[in-house]
Amino acid sequence: MELAVFFAAAVVAVATGVVAVAHRNPVINVMSLVVTFFCVAVCYALLAAPFLAAAQILVYAGAILVLFLFVVMLLNAPLAESDQPRKLQRIFGLAAAALVGLGGAALAVVAIPGAGEGVVEGTAAAIGRLLVGPHLLAFELVSVLLLAALVGAMVLVKRKA
Amino acid sequence: MWAELAVTAAKLLVVATVLLTCVPIMVWVERRGAAFIQDRLGPNRVGPMGLLQPVIDAVKLFFKEDLTPGGVNPILYTLAPMVSMFVALVTFIVIPFSADAGVEVFGVPLKGIHVAPDLGVGVLYLLAISSLGVYGIVLAGWSSNNKYSLLGGLRSSAQLLSYELSLTMSVLGVVLVSGTLNLQEVIGRQGPEIWKWHAVTQPIGFIVFLVAAFAETNRLPFDLAEAETELVAGYHVEYSSMRFASFFMSEYINIVTISALTVTLFLGGWQVPWLTATLSGWPLLLVSAGAFAAKVALLLWLFVWVRWSLPRFRYDQLMQLGWKGLLPLAALNLLIVGMAMGQGWL
Repeated sequence: MELAVFFAAAVVAVATGVVAVAHRNPVINVMSLVVTFFCVAVCYALLAAPFLAAAQILVYAGAILVLFLFVVMLLNAPLAESDQPRKLQRIFGLAAAALVGLGGAALAVVAIPGAGEGVVEGTAAAIGRLLVGPHLLAFELVSVLLLAALVGAMVLVKRKA
Repeated sequence: MWAELAVTAAKLLVVATVLLTCVPIMVWVERRGAAFIQDRLGPNRVGPMGLLQPVIDAVKLFFKEDLTPGGVNPILYTLAPMVSMFVALVTFIVIPFSADAGVEVFGVPLKGIHVAPDLGVGVLYLLAISSLGVYGIVLAGWSSNNKYSLLGGLRSSAQLLSYELSLTMSVLGVVLVSGTLNLQEVIGRQGPEIWKWHAVTQPIGFIVFLVAAFAETNRLPFDLAEAETELVAGYHVEYSSMRFASFFMSEYINIVTISALTVTLFLGGWQVPWLTATLSGWPLLLVSAGAFAAKVALLLWLFVWVRWSLPRFRYDQLMQLGWKGLLPLAALNLLIVGMAMGQGWL
């Protein structure tokens, strides 16, 4: 049962991922990415990490990509020209894809010593304890970083006007 | 396992049917309520008190021509109403309509009338799925290739994103006090007495949530996305027949969902003060489900009442209220709740 759900989610995620890169219409790109994120969230849920799954949908699919869509529509971006990528681009792209694919396949076949140790439960309570416990400093640093980005955006907007 | 699957499937069927039946009833209440508030009669010809009016409206929508205008993006134009309906229909599974009465049907544990209220991240699940609802509106607005639709879609996406913040912030206070994201437990922590309900202990959070709920469901006074007087009908202006009906139904289902969520988070859920604590088994199941339905019905009437009492906001007023009014208030509520918890009052 879980295996069937996983394979369904995985196949859809990969397929929509390809569409997100390959399709010429930017709005369809964004919508495919939404479906990809949704399927990834399903995989998180299967891995007994419900909090991550919900956060994935809430933050990425529900907020960030809406902003993407908003920008694409406001600019009314034209269909992408079917220009040929440069030769070097193509070589590097294929190499990177092959590396990631082979690495993933290797991870699936070879057992890594020490993998699975120290895995935390994916519930909201467990993640919350980690965030305000051992990782408090990193957590606060991220919030300061976001604040800096916000202030930076304000400065850029004000300078133009 | 098969018995449990069958029970879950049956519950899904019952919940979805009740939900979809709420739509025509709600439409009737809205039209008759509007007439009552405006001192008119309203639809009263079809059936007793016009009760069958929504039925023939539905039949009419079924037989209308399903038009796809030229110049639209056919994939996204078809997808948009589906997204709206999908989001409206799947949010409901985590809402506990009744107590866990522990009853059995043919030897299979039924627990209560709800599908998956024990989901550990229930509140987050609901917020996450409903945040996807904006896609239906935005896609409809953009793919219709119509400037009024586009304006409606853009307005609505900005509005939904802004008010989602206040909505989530006001829910945080409840989550903080409850210490859980599980909706059934949130109800349990509110205690049977009225003064322990979150609407009483966190009045600011309750008001912020309610106002944001009106904005999230695109209801007057926040229906800028439709705004008949300036945008014809906003994002769904090009849609006809059942595709239009999908938007229409998902809007009403969303109102029912957000009312049920309000009852769950702030109004003690299915509890009746002093009564539900003394019951068990089938009486508990029936009384709690009835109490839940009654509370939701009250809130639904509030939605109708407000719609026909308040005029529409201007767009800048809407944004001002969201960012400068509700968001600080929600933060204030969170602060007060945190301090009260520190003092041991909550």
